[in-house]
Amino acid sequence: MAAPAPALVRPMKTGAELALAETFAAVRASLPGGPDVAAQRTAAFDTFADAGLPHRRVESWKYTDLRALMRDAKPLAPLPDADAKAKAVAAGSLFSTLGFRRLVVVNGTFVPELSDLADLEPGLTIASMADALADPTGLPASYLGRTVASSDAVLALNTALMGDGVVVHVAAGAAVTRPVELVFVTTAETPVAAFTRSLVVVEDGARLSLVESHEGPAGIAYQVNTALELVVGAGATFERVKVTTEGSDAVHLATMLAKVAADASFSNTFFTTGGAVVRNQLLLHLAGESVKAHMGGVSLLAGKQHADTMLSVDHAAPAGESRESFRAVLDGASQDIFQGKIAVRQAAQKTDARMLSRALLLTETAESCNKPELEIFADDVQCGHGCTTGTLDQQIKFYLMARGIPAKEAEALLIQAFVGEVIDAIGEEGIRTALAEATRAWLLGRE
Amino acid sequence: MAAVQDTVEQVRSIDVDQYKYGFETNIESEKAPKGLSEEVIRFISTKKEEPEWMLQWRLDAYARWLTMQEPEWARVSYPQIDFQDLYYYSQPKKFKAPKSLDEVDPEILKTYEKLGIPLREQVILAGVEIPEGERPKIAVDAVFDSVSVATTFKEELKAAGVIFMPISEALREHPDLVKQYLGSVVPATDNYYATLNQAVFSDGSFVYIPPGVRCPMELSTYFRINEKNTGQFERTLIIADKGSYVSYLEGCTAPMRDENQLHAAVVELVALDDAEIKYSTVQNWYPGDAEGKGGIYNFVTKRGDCRGRNSKISWTQVETGSAITWKYPSCVLRGEGSSGEFYSIAISNGRQQVDSGTKMIHLGKNTTSRIISKGISAGKSNNTYRGLVSAHRKAAGARNFTNCDSLLIGDLCGAHTVPYIEAKNPTAQFEHEATTSKISEDMLFYCMQRGLSQEDAVALVVNGFVRDVLQQLPMEFAVEAQKLISISLEGSVG
Repeated sequence: MAAPAPALVRPMKTGAELALAETFAAVRASLPGGPDVAAQRTAAFDTFADAGLPHRRVESWKYTDLRALMRDAKPLAPLPDADAKAKAVAAGSLFSTLGFRRLVVVNGTFVPELSDLADLEPGLTIASMADALADPTGLPASYLGRTVASSDAVLALNTALMGDGVVVHVAAGAAVTRPVELVFVTTAETPVAAFTRSLVVVEDGARLSLVESHEGPAGIAYQVNTALELVVGAGATFERVKVTTEGSDAVHLATMLAKVAADASFSNTFFTTGGAVVRNQLLLHLAGESVKAHMGGVSLLAGKQHADTMLSVDHAAPAGESRESFRAVLDGASQDIFQGKIAVRQAAQKTDARMLSRALLLTETAESCNKPELEIFADDVQCGHGCTTGTLDQQIKFYLMARGIPAKEAEALLIQAFVGEVIDAIGEEGIRTALAEATRAWLLGRE
Repeated sequence: MAAVQDTVEQVRSIDVDQYKYGFETNIESEKAPKGLSEEVIRFISTKKEEPEWMLQWRLDAYARWLTMQEPEWARVSYPQIDFQDLYYYSQPKKFKAPKSLDEVDPEILKTYEKLGIPLREQVILAGVEIPEGERPKIAVDAVFDSVSVATTFKEELKAAGVIFMPISEALREHPDLVKQYLGSVVPATDNYYATLNQAVFSDGSFVYIPPGVRCPMELSTYFRINEKNTGQFERTLIIADKGSYVSYLEGCTAPMRDENQLHAAVVELVALDDAEIKYSTVQNWYPGDAEGKGGIYNFVTKRGDCRGRNSKISWTQVETGSAITWKYPSCVLRGEGSSGEFYSIAISNGRQQVDSGTKMIHLGKNTTSRIISKGISAGKSNNTYRGLVSAHRKAAGARNFTNCDSLLIGDLCGAHTVPYIEAKNPTAQFEHEATTSKISEDMLFYCMQRGLSQEDAVALVVNGFVRDVLQQLPMEFAVEAQKLISISLEGSVG
C-alpha cells in the first residue's frame, strides 16, 4: 500500500514567524501578569508555533494568506511618550461630539490621563488590562481565555503577547446609558506592532453600548493584533460598533470572542474603511436559551485594500435567533471576503438564523469572495443564508441621471442606500448619523 | 407534537438492512492479483490490449498518485482505506465479446432481471420486436464489474454516426478521438481519486456525437459492483461535437456486501460549439446496514467542459445510496455564452454520509449557471452541500443562481451547506440562497386534515420539495427516481 504520507511538519520558517518567536523570547519576562498568565502565554505561543501564520490551506483563512500578506513582524511599540499622547488627543474624531465616555489606548497602552474616568455610573468599573492581569483575583483571572474556545493562530499570538487594553465591568442590573468608546490609536512614525486585549463583562440584566475605533497614520506599515472577550449575562443587553479606519499600510487583525447567556440581546456592527489588510473575526457562542443576536458589517474598500470578515455563530441552546447582514462596496483593486458560519447544535431546537451578505463591485479589478456556511444538527429550525454579488444597477442609475443627477452623485445615492440597510439597524442614533456621514465622506473621496 | 414524535420513532425503527438489490451473482471471474502496483497496471493494460501510450499514461498517473495524499477536507469519516487490499481488475470469466444478447451469460441477464429498474427494457434487451413508435428509445451499455458486457442499439446509433461503446473498445477503434480528449477535462493532477482512476480504470463508456447530430435516443449506462472487494474504476468520456445533442443516463446499484467497496469513477464531458449534453444519474448503491457497516464509498470526479460557444452541460442527479458520497459534478464554462446546470437530490438515511455539490467555473463572457440542490437527511446521516461558483476576470456578464435547500427528518441527523462564491468581475451577478428546515407542521396538519395519512402527507411534501429537480430528469428516470426516493425514506416518510 502507499505508505501513509508523513505528517506535514512545517517548521517555523517565514521571516515574520521567526521574528515573532524572537520577540516573544525577548519580552515574555516583562509582559504583565503573574505565573498563571505566563503559563497561558507559553501555551498560546506553542499553539501559534505549531500552526504558524495562517495561510491558504487553513480553511478559515482560505482567502487571507497571512504568510504572504505579513512578510515581517514589526517590533513591539514602546510605551507612549508625551509626544505620542499629544498626537492621540484628536483620535476618535468620528464620535467626538457625541459625548461618549472615551477610553484611549495609544500604541497598545491604556492612557488614563486621556481617558474619561470621572463620574462612573453606578455598577460600571473600568481598569487597564495590564493592571488587571497582575491581580490574581481580577476579572481576567476568571474570564480571559475562557469565553469561547478557539485554536486560531492569530488569537493565540494575541494571548501570548497581549500587553494592555481595557477591562470593563457592568454590575448586574446596571444600565449604563452613556456609551463607552474605546479609542485605539497608533501614533508611531516607524512601523511597530501592538497586541491589545480587552475584556468586557456585562452581568445579568445589565446594559452597555460600546464603540471601538481603530486608527493610525497613513503610509506606515504598522501591525495591530487586537482581541476582545465579552461575557453577556442572562437578560443583559449589549451593543457594539467597531470602526476600523487604520492607516493605508496597516495590517489589522481583530478577534472578538463573545459568550451570551439566556434571554440576552447581542449586537455587533463592523464598519471598515481603512487598513491595507483588515481581518475581523467574531466567534459568538449562544450559550443560553432565547438569545437575540444581530450582526452587521459594512466594508468600503478602495485601492488594494483587503478586508476579511469571519463569523462563527454557535447556537448551543434552544430558541436562539441570529441575524447577519453584511455589505461590501469595492472600488479599485480591493478585495472583500465574507465567511459566515452558522452552526446549530442538536440541543438548539427552534433556532431561527438568517444571514445575508451582499457585495457591490464598482470596478473591473475588485474581487469579492463569499462563503456562507450552515452546519445543522437540530431538525426543528429555520436557517437560511443568501448572498449576492454584482455591480450597480445601470437602469436605476440611468433613471436618476435622466432626472438631472450627475453620474457620480447617482452612484453615491445608490451606494448609500445599499449600506444604509446595515447602518440603520444600529441602536444609537448618534452612531448611525456618524457612520452615514463617514460613508458620504468615503464616497466623496472616491476618484 | 405527536406527529413529530411518530416520525422520529419511525426513523429510529427504520430498517436500512432491507436493501432491495442485495443479492450476488455467481459468475466465475478473473481477477488481477490483489493490491496495486506497476505490475497490476501493466496487467490491466495488457488485458485490455491497450496501446503503449495508454500504458504510459496510466503509469504516469500511478507515479503521481504515490506522491499524493488522501483529501481530508470533506465532512465524511471512514476508516483508512487499504489500497493494497483491493482487487483492481475483475472480469467475468466466460467473457468473450458478445455479438448479441444470446451470448451474454444468463446469470448476468438474471441479475438484470432482478434489478428490474434501469434495465426495465428487458424486452428490448431480449430482442423482442415492438412496433415502431411504442419502443422506448434507450440504448444501454451495461458495465458489469469492470467490463461492458452488452451494448444494445449499436446499429441504429451507428446509422446516426454516434459512437457509443466501451472505452476499451474505443481505444482500439477510435484511438485518435480518445487520445485527443481523454484526460483533457480531468487531468492526472486533479485529485487523489481521479489520479487513482487514471492509473487503474478498467472500463467505462465512450460517446461521440458528430457535428449537428441530435442523438436519436437516450443513452444509458448501468454500473454494478459485484465481485467481493473489487474497486470499480470506470471512466466515462462523452464528446458532443458542434451543434449536437445527447442525453445520457447513468444508474447504479450494487449487491449487499459486508466490507466497504470503493468506487472511484471519472466522468469527462466535452461540449463544443452549440452542443448540449444532459447527464442524468440515479445512484442507489448499497448504503451499508443500520449500524453503518458495509456500503459503497463513492468518490467520484465528474466534470464537464463547455469548450465551445453557446454550449450547455446539465447535470441531474438523484443520490440515495452509498455509505459515503464524495461527488461534485462540475462545469467549466469556457466558451462564450455557455451555460451549466446542476440539479441534485441527495437523500441520506441510516448512517450515510453525503458530501456533494458542484462547481461552476465561469471563464467566458456571458456564461450562465444554475444550481438547484435539495438535500434530505434522515436517521443518523449527515448531508453536506459543498459548492463553488466563481467568475474570473474575463467572465463579463456571468450569471449564477444557486438555491440549496435542506430538509431534516428526525433530530439525529445533520444538514450542512458550504458554498463558496468568488467574483472577480463586476458585471458578474451571483445570487445564492440556502435554507434548512423541517417539514412544516402546518403543511402536515393541512394535508392530514383533508384525510391523508401522516405518511402520505410527508411523502407529498417531500415530493413537492424535490419537484424542481425531478422535473429535470428524462421521463424514464423520473418515475424510477420517485420510487427510489420513497424506498430510501421508507419508514421515515411514506
